[in-house]
Amino acid sequence: MCTGIVENTKISGHGKGPQGWFPLEQASVSYDHPDHARSERAVIIDLLSNSARPESRVAVELTPQSARDLVHAILATLSRGEGDRREQETSEITDHSKNHLLKEMVSGPSD
Amino acid sequence: MLKYRTDMYEGMIAETVVVPGHNGTVINAYFARPLGPGPFPGVVLIHHAPGWDEWYRETTRKFAHHGYLAISPNIYYQFGHGAPEDIAAKVRASGGVPDDDVVGDITESLHRLKSLPQSNGKVGLFGTCSAGRQTFLVACRTKGVDAAVDCWGGRVVMSQQELTPKYPVAPIDYTKDLSCPLLGLFGEEDQFPTPQQVVQHEQELKKYGKTYEFHMYPKAGHGFFYYDRSGYRQEQAVDGWNKVFAFFAKYLETPD
Repeated sequence: MCTGIVENTKISGHGKGPQGWFPLEQASVSYDHPDHARSERAVIIDLLSNSARPESRVAVELTPQSARDLVHAILATLSRGEGDRREQETSEITDHSKNHLLKEMVSGPSD
Repeated sequence: MLKYRTDMYEGMIAETVVVPGHNGTVINAYFARPLGPGPFPGVVLIHHAPGWDEWYRETTRKFAHHGYLAISPNIYYQFGHGAPEDIAAKVRASGGVPDDDVVGDITESLHRLKSLPQSNGKVGLFGTCSAGRQTFLVACRTKGVDAAVDCWGGRVVMSQQELTPKYPVAPIDYTKDLSCPLLGLFGEEDQFPTPQQVVQHEQELKKYGKTYEFHMYPKAGHGFFYYDRSGYRQEQAVDGWNKVFAFFAKYLETPD
């Protein structure tokens, strides 16, 4: 929380933690000082269950470039898997989300 | 400053205790103190964003080793219990702990230390990372703090867009209310805070005639005391710790 940069979004899926699989309801994406990654700053992604115990969490700390690469990979995978359907969904994304997803995450922060 | 010799007796007790928190809550805290009647100065340690973790327990004991009553309250108590980094993740996702809650929790621990029979009546604050910011905030908003150490606290300077109901006022705007001497340790490669923000804060301290020491370390970024993280810088950390103990000795210790 040194930076205060955090974006939360509701998600639907499952994640695997120390106790096995559990439902995921929230993704928290922050840009801050990592716990373990060997970089000054990292994109920290916590996939969380609001109802499970605190340890039911899928956590990653990525270098900024790795985070961008991951976003590219996710979008490319969706494009190949869903084709026209993805384009339809993309057109429904709000301007706000477009700015955040496409401008900041793919092209990188302005700094 | 307490100088240990090989022929000295040394002992301490360190344990988890419960202490009053903000608005009548009861919270857990890690308390380490030298054995003996004192009188001892005290330090309240505000833990950093990664949580109420091992580093903060070690640092609490470090202050006890140097002759201080040292307490580190768990300011994440309202988020439940688990591994420190898991609780820290919940706090991160929620956007952090409100400033008013932190000020309340730390003020209670400050008063608790001063009330102990071993206390010399003087208590300082120590915080790193987000807690560096909170250290400055408490030192401005609470009376009775005798010295404060802000290690690389980010977001003391905040833009209007960064203010939220949890963080309604930028700490720098409380500078005129700072009630004790302040030591600040920073790394010139840090981006949270940037060297420019540190200069801005320093100008505000000068403007109001506050007693302070700021040190900007070259070839250091954020968290250069943390031996378990990649940002550790041995030379700067050793010098920084020497400055912390010299500062607290000057303002907290009473003459023999």
